[in-house]
Amino acid sequence: MRDLTLAWRRRSDVFTSVIFFVIVASLFPLGIGPEGKLLLAIGPGVVWVAALLASMLALSRLFAADYADGTLEQMLIGAAPLPVVVIAKVIAHWIAANLPLVLIAPLLGLQYGLPADALLVLALALALGTPSLSLIGAIGAALTLGLRGGGVLLALLVLPLYAPVLILGSLAVEAVGAGLSAQPYLLLLAALSVAALSLAPWAAAAALRISYE
Amino acid sequence: MSSASPQAAVPVFNWFKYASPQTFFPLAGALAPWFAAIAAVLCVAGLYIGFFVAPTDAQQGESYRIIFIHVPAAWMSMLIYLAMAFWAGVGLAFNTRLSGMMATALAPTGAWFTFIALWTGALWGKPTWGTWWVWDARLTSELLLLFLYFGFMALQAAIDDPRRADKAGAVLALVGVINIPIIYFSVQWWNTLHQGSSVSLKSAPTMAMTMLTGMLVMVFAAWAYAIAAALWRVRCIILERERRSDWVRAYLGTAR
Amino acid sequence: MLEVIDLACMRGERTLFRGVSFTLAARGLLHVAGANGSGKTSLLRIVCGLGLADSGEVRWGGEATRTLREAYWREVLYLGHAHALKDDLTATENLQVANALAGRPVTRAAARDALAAFGLEACLNLPVRALSQGQKRRSALARLALAGAMPLWILDEPFAALDVAAVADLEQRLLGHVDGGGSVIFTTHQPASISGRITQRIDLDAFEPGVGAVC
Repeated sequence: MRDLTLAWRRRSDVFTSVIFFVIVASLFPLGIGPEGKLLLAIGPGVVWVAALLASMLALSRLFAADYADGTLEQMLIGAAPLPVVVIAKVIAHWIAANLPLVLIAPLLGLQYGLPADALLVLALALALGTPSLSLIGAIGAALTLGLRGGGVLLALLVLPLYAPVLILGSLAVEAVGAGLSAQPYLLLLAALSVAALSLAPWAAAAALRISYE
Repeated sequence: MSSASPQAAVPVFNWFKYASPQTFFPLAGALAPWFAAIAAVLCVAGLYIGFFVAPTDAQQGESYRIIFIHVPAAWMSMLIYLAMAFWAGVGLAFNTRLSGMMATALAPTGAWFTFIALWTGALWGKPTWGTWWVWDARLTSELLLLFLYFGFMALQAAIDDPRRADKAGAVLALVGVINIPIIYFSVQWWNTLHQGSSVSLKSAPTMAMTMLTGMLVMVFAAWAYAIAAALWRVRCIILERERRSDWVRAYLGTAR
Repeated sequence: MLEVIDLACMRGERTLFRGVSFTLAARGLLHVAGANGSGKTSLLRIVCGLGLADSGEVRWGGEATRTLREAYWREVLYLGHAHALKDDLTATENLQVANALAGRPVTRAAARDALAAFGLEACLNLPVRALSQGQKRRSALARLALAGAMPLWILDEPFAALDVAAVADLEQRLLGHVDGGGSVIFTTHQPASISGRITQRIDLDAFEPGVGAVC
């Protein structure tokens, strides 16, 4: 809750990452040309990659502020088990940084000429997939806490681990385009998120302690 | 996985004795040249079998012979990651310094093998598939594996405190090892559904006996090389980390 | 009762201290002294469980704090150099958040009273970024007013940036906690007027590498 209030008072940060998302996704047609067929083919992938990058950029903020002002110390020696704190922080982070992406994604899909049912699946796939991005990212953010060059390092650590989510996410949208059911992919995305939820908070908590010791 | 470890070479009863860097250091020094020699001998033998004894492939001609380097390298790249994660896990669980050093020592060798596997794969792909790179499931997974190695090494390099570096690397290696199968299956699925590459590695013809022998010899050579390289590297790491301790000072003093 | 047994701490190449042992019972007031960089903060962080000692152990009530974990942290109040205040929240909100994290949620009214006790009536609803250094320090210290039930206070430089009146206030509060059966560990460079009441004193300058002195 506290993080949400904070995010609300720092609305500009949220907007930056949404605008980043929109800009990246809008730059692709400029680089590739306005050919409808091609754009339709790459649309899902581009929107997903842009979402991935936007979500990753926001990650560095997950622990950094608390680390800088000492609040994280208090969390480490707080009464609640650290993984629970991590889950709470990740949920708040997801709502502040990823939910806006999910909501705006159909709009970007429109730019690529995706049909209505594909837009729906795109939003759904992002909604199911981005939690695992935030959770895996939390481990990376915790590991790189306070390191020089942390941002680039974070990308290096986290992006390879994002690959499965990216693959399943864009496959889900493409399946709709091919007239197939997106359900298996959506279920797998949800399964990944659940698996990440059951493991990542503990790994991130361990990583936080390591970063402090 | 313990067979990738140097400890497997010593009798079981004094296993723990060698968990201390100080006692392990001379042991590693004694074993490393042997593994290096084995690696050299096997490598020469394997390459001889591969390049002169093994028959020419009916479909691919001479170019297939690169598998004698490519396949062992690809196997080692994955095995070493597992070994690294194993040592990292041991280090986290039992808080032994040497395990973290082993994981650190293995990473560059693993990255090397991954790189060799990719490079030889590209060299192989050019004459057989007519292209340097195919988004084949195995190639893509291997590439992601290389990124995981890079991430591990970059993370350790960015942390000044060796204790934190070991532990942080350990967490990352374990997270990576859980992810490798997920990455592999998702990539494979992605690949089969995209049907982008018309060439499949699975259509390889059944292997002649001599080919198999040559390849196995090369695999063992790669094992021996990996062990030797890791042992030598861990010796350097031990010296660097323990340079303030009395025994290292004494050792360096006598060595000079 | 807090027992610290044979702690050693290294920072990279340097040994900060070695062989630090002490026991702090209820009603104990421990002053950790030492020059800049002698390891005062490191010692406090190890004692409260944030840092990891290179050797040695910290026990609380006879059990190692590394196994007690949350059970230990519920009884410890640690205030470090960093104030753990969010610039965007008001002093009251910050205090409530801090207490919630420590597992002792307080009402808004209680938080306001605590801040008032530290002379911050005028800035209850200001975002912390508008406060001065001394006021920030005070609003961090306001946790003490609500932490009477926490037996062990560990305070790193609590007197820094405080004016004379606030220093006197804080000293009275520390003494009050000790008289009430609690114990306090603190560091300071300023000559404290409560030095007469300090039950123990550790000078980390005496624990420099190789000295191996016992307290």
